[in-house]
Amino acid sequence: MTVDAPTVADAAALLDSARRVGLDAAGPHAADVDKHARFPVETISALREAGLMSALVPAEFGGAGATLRTVSEVVTILARHCSSSALIYAMHQSQVACLVRHSQQESVREVLRGIVDGQLLVASATTEIGIGGDVRSSTCAVERDGDNYRLRKQAPVISYGAFADLILATARRDVDSAPHDQVLVICPADGVVLEQTGSWDTLGFRGTCSNGYLLTAEGDASLVMADPYADISSQTMLPAAHLLWASAWLGIAEEAADRARRFVQAAARAKLGTTPPGALRLAELFAELQLLRDLVDGALRRFEAIADDREALSGASVTVALNSLKVSASSLAVDVVSRAMLICGIAGYREDSPYSLGRLLRDAFGAELMVNNDRISHHNAQLLLVAKDA
Amino acid sequence: MPIDALTDDTDLYEAGMTSHASVTVMLAIEDTFDIEFPERLLRKATFSSVAAIRDAVTQLTTAAPA
Repeated sequence: MTVDAPTVADAAALLDSARRVGLDAAGPHAADVDKHARFPVETISALREAGLMSALVPAEFGGAGATLRTVSEVVTILARHCSSSALIYAMHQSQVACLVRHSQQESVREVLRGIVDGQLLVASATTEIGIGGDVRSSTCAVERDGDNYRLRKQAPVISYGAFADLILATARRDVDSAPHDQVLVICPADGVVLEQTGSWDTLGFRGTCSNGYLLTAEGDASLVMADPYADISSQTMLPAAHLLWASAWLGIAEEAADRARRFVQAAARAKLGTTPPGALRLAELFAELQLLRDLVDGALRRFEAIADDREALSGASVTVALNSLKVSASSLAVDVVSRAMLICGIAGYREDSPYSLGRLLRDAFGAELMVNNDRISHHNAQLLLVAKDA
Repeated sequence: MPIDALTDDTDLYEAGMTSHASVTVMLAIEDTFDIEFPERLLRKATFSSVAAIRDAVTQLTTAAPA
């Protein structure tokens, strides 16, 4: 995402760091994070120590200047070990991408430097109670008072909001603006009060701690981003979020596939000379996994090809493609894990076996439901009434 | 070919081992030594003789895991 493309060695070093974080921090605590629906503090600490929080930040601000593809691979690696950790990292980087790609204000560049120096965690408050799930409209508004802003937002969900150093919130540009005239407001935690209004005791992705809050924020008015949120959303937030979420689901599917592979190979060793009953299913599973891998890869390629073409990114056909990626990748992830479950049988169904798939299956269902696929398909249905070259 | 006639260097494929049989051999070795053959060793040459198999197993049981 930067002018100076990082060298292959830099990307390899980031991926090595991610593997270490996965093995040493995310994996060992994943079951506890899931059991207690608690924030994966060990993972985030390890990511901070490795400097991975600022991976996307360009070198001129002190970051690693990694590409979205490299960050996508980091997300997939983390998801092999802890889905919640991976999703938090994906959501964080989606927010960082918005700051990186819409940083014409000095105040935003200062925030980027702060993310590097403090390895800050960035959350997002885009949904709002009363907008019917349409994140491209807001009820709340930025209230300006001299050089300061004030914001009060009823957010049904702010993932890991209580643990974030910065929250990016959408709001109407000012108190007289229309619902769709939105801006993105950078809310540093020291100016934020979160009053919890909802809990997050869910089937999966339990460690994302996606509670509901009444958010009240105050800060310097220069932290209201200049670009309209409509542009930030279509040019950066939507592509980055969908690409990185899909990367997380790919990691879940990769892990389930690997458990199925190990199960079938163990069965083959136990009964030499015969092909285990799950072997054919494993072949079918890997055909489906390959679809998911290529889906993510293809979406990354398409984004890379037009990453700097803001007009193209704002087009309906790109939005349709990104929405389709979300729907297809999440469905494939559930399917791959389900296939792995059939292959591993009771060993996969058990919670105490090396082939356990319960947590992966519960997390995979979240992929379809967190921003419901039906809502996304409905949005695409509307776009396809008018899109000409989708 | 009688098993006694196989030396450490006899080409097992020439002695009649099919590729399907070599998979069985590999699985049995993995089970016996509690190891996994990594991708780089999944080549015909790895299982071409008793000596070659011994070399591979030695490598996998003495080296740090990849």
